Amino acid sequence: MSVLVYVEQAEGKFKKSVFEAVSYAKAIADQKSTNLTAISIGDVAEAELKELGKYGAAKVLNVSTDQLKTFVNQAYASVIAAAAEKEGADVVVLSNSFSGKGLAPRIAVKLKAGLADGAVELPSTDGKFSVKKTAFSGKAFAITELTSAIKVIALNPNAFGVKENATDASIENFAADVKQSDLGTVIKDIVRATDKVSLPDAELVVSAGRGLKGPENWGMIEELAGLLGAATACSKPVSDADWRPHSEHVGQTGIAISPNLYIAIGISGAIQHLAGVSSSKVIVVINKDPEAPFFKVADYGIVGDAFEVVPKLIEALKAHKG
Amino acid sequence: MKILVCISNVPDTTTKITFTNDNTEFNTAGVQYIVNPYDEIALARAIELTEGGKGTVTVINVGEAATDPTIRKALAIGADDAVRVNAAPRDAYFVAKQIAEYAKDKDFNIILTGRESIDYNGNQVAAMIGEFLDIPSISIIKKLDVDGDSATVEREIEGGKEVVTVSGKFVASCAEGVAEPKIPNMRGIMSARTKPLNVVEAVDIEAVTKVTKFETPAPRGTVKLISADQPEQLISLLHSEAKVI
Repeated sequence: MSVLVYVEQAEGKFKKSVFEAVSYAKAIADQKSTNLTAISIGDVAEAELKELGKYGAAKVLNVSTDQLKTFVNQAYASVIAAAAEKEGADVVVLSNSFSGKGLAPRIAVKLKAGLADGAVELPSTDGKFSVKKTAFSGKAFAITELTSAIKVIALNPNAFGVKENATDASIENFAADVKQSDLGTVIKDIVRATDKVSLPDAELVVSAGRGLKGPENWGMIEELAGLLGAATACSKPVSDADWRPHSEHVGQTGIAISPNLYIAIGISGAIQHLAGVSSSKVIVVINKDPEAPFFKVADYGIVGDAFEVVPKLIEALKAHKG
Repeated sequence: MKILVCISNVPDTTTKITFTNDNTEFNTAGVQYIVNPYDEIALARAIELTEGGKGTVTVINVGEAATDPTIRKALAIGADDAVRVNAAPRDAYFVAKQIAEYAKDKDFNIILTGRESIDYNGNQVAAMIGEFLDIPSISIIKKLDVDGDSATVEREIEGGKEVVTVSGKFVASCAEGVAEPKIPNMRGIMSARTKPLNVVEAVDIEAVTKVTKFETPAPRGTVKLISADQPEQLISLLHSEAKVI
């Protein structure tokens, strides 16, 4: 019995959400008094792999086969499942990232395992293996019991936090057999908006809605987000009108996020929007309508015109940062 | 080209979510059910790709007879025929296995789902079907173009996108951007009544997960209002009280 965590690399580096998944997997390994093994696929330098020890990985399996340099969902799932079998892992942890969402179900089927995706807490240890996960688009949580022998968990970003747990990680090459039939998809191009904070795992998010009146007025939103080091987001009407890209739409039919701080500017707070953001730790609402439903779920609010409040906020933030 | 679109029967997006029986069951009283909004996106793209005699669209749902109105809605939108696997959906593993069992000898070129269902928010069924059928799966796509036997999709990744090609059969889960949902017209609604809706029996398989309890998010305290003239107060509260900046 052991715990295996898949550590997803992007351009040879691990992101915070990966260290968070390792921290979470380490806590599960501790619950079970067993060791944590990580598996990395792709080109990652040894020094970066060693970083995983900082968060509790005792062993790192490194897969750097030529065929697997870039992401192939089917083949990566096969390799991770093979590693789980080799390590005798009965819990497999992944980040609930875009790639994680594609991998976890395939790994679960290969291992005949129950899958809890969108996990927000450690599993219970009262005999049943149950995981609290988001449900109804943030309007509720479902305590989900995994009744299979092997369990797969995909952890939501920002749900557990990064916890240091210094271990000296040993690094082993893991030779993976890759079936040709597992290589059915080929990446032709990767387009990254490098200058921006990625929304799904952002700790701070500045979001704006129809109250901004038009796409030309997003300059101040971007400036505020830039000063905070925050990602930008928007409401559904805004992305529907093509003022902002769909990838920024948060809410029930967009993406659900759980940052530490969500600032909503000129968004009234329809139930579908709230569903996607209600698990944010702190919510700030800026709206000129004091009756806007968003104020009912906000921690801090400013009743005022965004076009007056946001520039003042930017000045205040500049002063705060000195 | 034959496309299979998997649809889920979910509570309307405006539903107030409550639970009964000591928070162990979702309270279905007064709830309106709809085709899962992401599945509608998948369905809309499937119809676009097969229009003008280029192929057919079959929708499949794993559910009991009560989901028939939702299936008819999908037929009204433009699917050619429908299949209902007659079983209450127990978990994603169960549902994916039922769909894979149905699809394995039917020669569908493409199987589409929505990116997630808006009730349990899993994004599991598409990739699980891919695994059961041993064909590629691509999760959370924003664009889908088909050219003969191969397809090009754009897949969302953190902070960007991947352009991926795939040949042969595949499964994909669709997000916004793939297509605009279609609203059924009167002709569609009329013809939906007579389109085939075949009911097939479920295969026997154990679920591997079980929801034992629901919780609702802890209510937040009342909002702390700050004067519009003093936004610096907000900055200082976020810094020293909430400790988030």
